[in-house]
Amino acid sequence: MSFISYLINGISLGSVYAIIALGYTMVYGIAKMLNFAHGDVIMIGAYVVMASVSGAGLPPFAALLVSIVFCTVLGIVIESVAYRPLLNAASSLAVLITAIGVSYLLQNVALLIFGANTISFASIVPVPALVLAGGALTVTGEAIVTIACCIVIMVALTLFIKKSKAGQAMLAVSEDKGAAQLMGINVNGTIALTFAIGSALAAVAGVLLCSAYPTLTPYTGAMPGIKAFVAAVFGGIGSIPGALIGGILLGVIEIFGKAYISSQMADAIVFGVLIVILLVKPAGILGKNIQEKV
Amino acid sequence: MKLKKALCAALTAAMAVTAFAGCGSEPGPSSQEGAGDSAAGTEAGTEAAGDTAGGTIKIGGIGPLTGGAAVYGIAVKNGAELAVKEINEAGGINGAQVELNYQDDEHDAEKAVNAYNTLKDWGAQAVLGAVTSAPCVAVGGVAQEDNIFMLTPSGTAVDCVKYDNAFRVCFSDPMQGVESAKYIGEHGLAAKVAAIYDSSDVYSTGIYQAFAQEAENQNFEIVAAEAFTAESKSDFSVQLQKAKDAGAELVFLPFYYSEASLVLKQAAGMDYKPIFFGCDGMDGILAVQGFDAALADNLIFLSPFTPTSDDPAIQKFVTDYQEVYGETPNQFAADAYDGMYAIKAAMEDGSVTPDMSPSDICEAMKASMVNITMDGVTAKNLTWEASGEPSKEPMVVKIANGDYAVVDDDADTGSADTETGADEAAENVEGTETAAE
Amino acid sequence: MKKLNKTTRSNLITYGMVIAMFLIMQAMVSAGRISSLLQGLLVPLCAYIILAVSLNLTVGILGELSLGHAGFMCVGAFTSAFFSKCMAEALPVAGVRYLLALLIGAAAAGVCGILIGIPVLRLKGDYLAIVTLAFGEIIKNIVNILFIGKDENGFHFSTKDTFSLGMSIDGEVIVNGPQGITGTPKDSTFAIGMVLILITLFIVLNLIHSRSGRAIMAIRDNRIAAESIGINITKYKLMAFSVSAALAGVAGVIYAHNLATLTAQPKNFGYNMSIMILVFVVLGGIGNIRGSVIAAIVLTLLPELLRGLSDYRMLIYAVVLIAMMLFNWSPKAIAWREQYAAKFRRKKQKEV
Repeated sequence: MSFISYLINGISLGSVYAIIALGYTMVYGIAKMLNFAHGDVIMIGAYVVMASVSGAGLPPFAALLVSIVFCTVLGIVIESVAYRPLLNAASSLAVLITAIGVSYLLQNVALLIFGANTISFASIVPVPALVLAGGALTVTGEAIVTIACCIVIMVALTLFIKKSKAGQAMLAVSEDKGAAQLMGINVNGTIALTFAIGSALAAVAGVLLCSAYPTLTPYTGAMPGIKAFVAAVFGGIGSIPGALIGGILLGVIEIFGKAYISSQMADAIVFGVLIVILLVKPAGILGKNIQEKV
Repeated sequence: MKLKKALCAALTAAMAVTAFAGCGSEPGPSSQEGAGDSAAGTEAGTEAAGDTAGGTIKIGGIGPLTGGAAVYGIAVKNGAELAVKEINEAGGINGAQVELNYQDDEHDAEKAVNAYNTLKDWGAQAVLGAVTSAPCVAVGGVAQEDNIFMLTPSGTAVDCVKYDNAFRVCFSDPMQGVESAKYIGEHGLAAKVAAIYDSSDVYSTGIYQAFAQEAENQNFEIVAAEAFTAESKSDFSVQLQKAKDAGAELVFLPFYYSEASLVLKQAAGMDYKPIFFGCDGMDGILAVQGFDAALADNLIFLSPFTPTSDDPAIQKFVTDYQEVYGETPNQFAADAYDGMYAIKAAMEDGSVTPDMSPSDICEAMKASMVNITMDGVTAKNLTWEASGEPSKEPMVVKIANGDYAVVDDDADTGSADTETGADEAAENVEGTETAAE
Repeated sequence: MKKLNKTTRSNLITYGMVIAMFLIMQAMVSAGRISSLLQGLLVPLCAYIILAVSLNLTVGILGELSLGHAGFMCVGAFTSAFFSKCMAEALPVAGVRYLLALLIGAAAAGVCGILIGIPVLRLKGDYLAIVTLAFGEIIKNIVNILFIGKDENGFHFSTKDTFSLGMSIDGEVIVNGPQGITGTPKDSTFAIGMVLILITLFIVLNLIHSRSGRAIMAIRDNRIAAESIGINITKYKLMAFSVSAALAGVAGVIYAHNLATLTAQPKNFGYNMSIMILVFVVLGGIGNIRGSVIAAIVLTLLPELLRGLSDYRMLIYAVVLIAMMLFNWSPKAIAWREQYAAKFRRKKQKEV
């Protein structure tokens, strides 16, 4: 019985990683950049919800919408101010470092505005917990909603990219920026759209993260951000279904590692498994292994 | 190439600024060296004397104001500022006004040394800090070389007060671990105990180790000892599940309230209701915005400070603090407040004047610290030993009906009153157990 | 006098810059015209410069993104501090002890570099980055659960707590889990640090301009072409990676012997630190060794210089970091700078 309960806990934790990883992998797939500030956009999204629920007295769902709009605008601003000038820089590392700068900036802005005190985030998920096997197993409402959201977002994103014109433009930009431009695609606009979607996803992820694990500080986003990055790589970075699989796998490994091997070594176990997987499948589980041509 | 030159120029300018800024803002450049070199100490003192007419005693503070531990550093800063304000309004120390300069250490040992050096340049004559353990040990190392008096409000690790110039206001880690184990054992709170601790944190492992060691002498058994780390501190389901499976009636949580609030929430989610027992880091849990206080019912912890105490001194501190900062002070703020008053008491006892060199002040205060007895908000009749440890008894606080309540003022003697309290607690556990079954 | 060629001249400028910096600082120290803050920063600066230069070898010359450099620093720091603490009584001469500690720290980090490099260097790009990050975190995690004590029966190890070491009463705990190592002898000095910077620069610059260095750069620029002309890819990649790791270990030794306490926190040995070193490298210019030195100094001093801003300190630091990155890397800013520089040059020529 405890095995199943660990499995459920692992999937719940993993679903949170997965929903963050979706935004990560989306931006990476199109813009080919590791947006280290993604975790901090998540934190900002959660603070906006918290402020609009407890400050402005909005109903939770409206607060979520406010947060999505806010994060979308934030994402576009960050992209145009900090990332776009470096789009054609000599090294792709330049924009990575700027992303780190943005991450510090967001953390410190949040620290100045909201203070360092931990805030216990009141869950805005209206779904009750699912109790199975006469109380021995519980699946929290947050976990159910998070997994459902993950799947909906994954399907929606896949459809959007495959079916819509803007989605096709994204694909084209990710394949070859120069050729896409020649075909009349607005490259800057497409990348801005990618960031807008990624940041909107971050707002949703922020709310779900803080509903599942209700502590909110200016540094809440940093560690899940890194974990989600790991999850995205697990699944094959750039692959949308890969983010879901990678996230859930990461959560399950983390919980099983703690439960059956050693709780002190949990981090080492997670990262150890990651290394083994990458050595066997160097592009992640669902990643495409691109053959190098001379 | 041009860029590199520009950078070079900027760098040179920057270095010049740091080098001279230190000198410029000084009463005299030799006072910095004076600290390191005792021969120059007196000379620096005389130079400083001409600086201000009434005289100002400069006290430096070190703690994390940014980064993950900022919440503790800011509380200490607020508590210290409040005390300084009161001291100055009441006429200062030996007629001299007090000036506090609080520097950020980002909860990092190296940055703490930088903060300390900044304070030294500023002319700090005593240091209140550092707030967290590892930075505190690092600052202790350098402050000892300079012979500057150092009082940490909340550095709990044993090595924080390794040198004779360092004192602390809070309890040490081993002391808390041992007291917790004794309390649980002597009051028969549980026969099976689980411990969850942060294996990447100095404070948490320090307490846990002492607790595990003392548990051998007590009539309870540690059935599960589970760890978590700074990298994975959002999910505690496994640790709780293991404690539950092992049949633990009491879970010992030697870490801070922000993680503890998650533990309590997740335990409630899985319908596990043991007694939770924490240490001084647990104080403040009810002040967490949005936290459901019902989750913390029956939480017991050792604490030096309860904001709801009806002691007039504490009441005054709490209301004043709330007025200025808009929140209830926690144990860190209280420790800092007491720390500042301890510095005042020691300075008055040692008749410290602003024109003395930091090294002379340190000598005077080292002698005075063991003489003074003060009534603070964290303890009555607080005294210090030459080793740097305070002698005060921990209070046992239990949360009931969403409020803190002191179970017992003296954990060691265990009066009749406590016995009943503890029995009730034990009964409660049995009650919940039957309910769970 | 023979005219120096361009690389030699550039290298000499780098050495000269470091030596000049040393002399200026030393003069200021002896004249007493230096603030304690700057004086306290001198030794950490040496460590950061070495870290930046060594990471530049991996990122700039080998062309692989490493996010686990702090892990090697951690290995160097802990092995050397462990050695120094054990030997503090047996070897009272600080110089000899420190030299041995340096060798041990560098060797341990270098060996780790080889062990990690063998599997890791088969990967590419961001996958390599994440695996190095993973190794860095694993090293930190392991150090945090390590308990080592010493008594008359020898060493005792545990991964649980000090109590389970089972030592006799007068035994001494040397590595105390997350509390790390306290009381490492404070042997690092600015002069030693500077000598180590010069040695690091000498090793790295010579490696770059040697036959091996050209092979490494050939692999960076076109792996397949390099392979086709018979360059042993694994050997050269490993060479660059392990040298870089060993030098990071040296920086760890300096770091460990400068503070009274050594703990493996996310802040000093986690990915935060690895990323910070990467920031030095990228800001200073990828592959530009002198740039790394300058960037390490600027970015280490910057937050300290901003202390006057109190609450806004880290905020302004972040803004300045972003601004510097845009100024240094944005193609538009580069074009603008070149234009400006050209104008300036023309003016100068006219004057002449």
